[in-house]
Amino acid sequence: MALEAKNLYFRYDKKRPWVLENRTVKVDPGERLAIFAPSGYGKTTLAMLLAGFLTPAKGQVLLNGKPLPQKGVCPVQLIFQHPEKAVNPRWRLRRVLEESGELQEDMLEALGIERAWLHRFPRELSGGELQRFCVARALISGGEYLICDEISTMLDVITQAQIWNTVLREAGKRGMGIVAITHNRHLAQRVATKILDLSIPHGANSCPHNKP
Amino acid sequence: MKKTNRRKKAVLLAAAMALVFAGIYACGILIPEQGVAGSFLNAKLPPCIEHPFGTDALGRDLLLRTLKGLSLSITIGLAASAISAIIALLVGIAAATGSKGADSLINWLIDLVMGVPHTILIILISFALGRGLKGLLAGIAATHWCSLARLIRGEVLQLRSQPYVAVSRKLGKSSAWILTHHLLPHLVPQFLVGLVLMFPHAILHEAAISFLGFGLAPEQPAIGIILAESMRYLSTGMWWMAMLPGLTLALLVLQIDKLGECLGMILDPYSAQE
Repeated sequence: MALEAKNLYFRYDKKRPWVLENRTVKVDPGERLAIFAPSGYGKTTLAMLLAGFLTPAKGQVLLNGKPLPQKGVCPVQLIFQHPEKAVNPRWRLRRVLEESGELQEDMLEALGIERAWLHRFPRELSGGELQRFCVARALISGGEYLICDEISTMLDVITQAQIWNTVLREAGKRGMGIVAITHNRHLAQRVATKILDLSIPHGANSCPHNKP
Repeated sequence: MKKTNRRKKAVLLAAAMALVFAGIYACGILIPEQGVAGSFLNAKLPPCIEHPFGTDALGRDLLLRTLKGLSLSITIGLAASAISAIIALLVGIAAATGSKGADSLINWLIDLVMGVPHTILIILISFALGRGLKGLLAGIAATHWCSLARLIRGEVLQLRSQPYVAVSRKLGKSSAWILTHHLLPHLVPQFLVGLVLMFPHAILHEAAISFLGFGLAPEQPAIGIILAESMRYLSTGMWWMAMLPGLTLALLVLQIDKLGECLGMILDPYSAQE
């Protein structure tokens, strides 16, 4: 049931250098992997590859030993860093949520989404409020893995804690695997069971992390 | 006093234009053939109370003839620009969502059609299809879609690269669903404004081609025909035959153009608040 990326190579153009070279990542269900690196080390690229938004030049992304499905609801869901780009600006937020399935009252409550927000347009909400909708949308779709690409970078600490608590609780309840991409070493240590540092080149560097 | 803002002004303008159109169209249908039948007793009369636009060389009342001509022009213009806009929408979407080969083929075609002067192309198509209403419609519809198609192609390309479209795909939505729910609603403003701005072009081309004798038949009361006939009498000082119908056409076209610009400014988010 693991999500694994085997020997991934990726570059955005044939003339440009590799963004990722021979990168191998493995996440088991219920496991929480934090990917940590300074800017420009291909964190977001790796997230897009894992969720199937990009296809690798070489290597493959496997879920349960099979390539990611091309059709239907993808079991690996990505949450973007910028929520305002990830929702259709012409849709009210109720519709944004319903794109992935039935509304779930308890989830709205857990994420601190107020009923009144459902009738608004995306530009009438702040970034943090919108990000809650993106998290809810990804959770409602019922995936097995959640890739969080710096989902809380632009939020204040309280919101950050609230969102991460919900994500961790929901993921724990359903046994989902999580890949958290972050700049923040402290967040990585708090959230993850395993940390991968992309600034160390190649392969088997995912060291087990001891929780404090 | 509160100033009316642009939104209200546009709505008023649109309503007024719709009323004028309906009026002209109704006139075109309601005016009987006898109304525009000539009588040589009152040929070549200058504007007077009985004939506000004067009469032409065959003694036909020019006001009624102009109204009938405009009603024909509106029908042709509306039909031609609607067909053209739909072609533009389909072609633009096909270019943006199809293969690279299809995209370059369509771009080449757009360059080709835009490269040939419109009037010549319309004359060719209209002539090849045996002139008349059908030829004119086909000619105008086949030449006016290019710039709107290019605009829509660009818009779709830009929309397709948006993360929310990618997310939608990962939520298991089909391409058709994404097209109708995510892409098409964004294209509505471009489409509407394109359609309204295409309309005056279509009317003017219709008049121009009829004027040159490649469009509607000479007995039909079209503005182009009226203008062409009046040319013969212009040098003898009968100014009303060309001036008044021509002015009416120009006014109508200007108003539609203004409406189009107004709509464009409201629907474009960058100028909506101005």
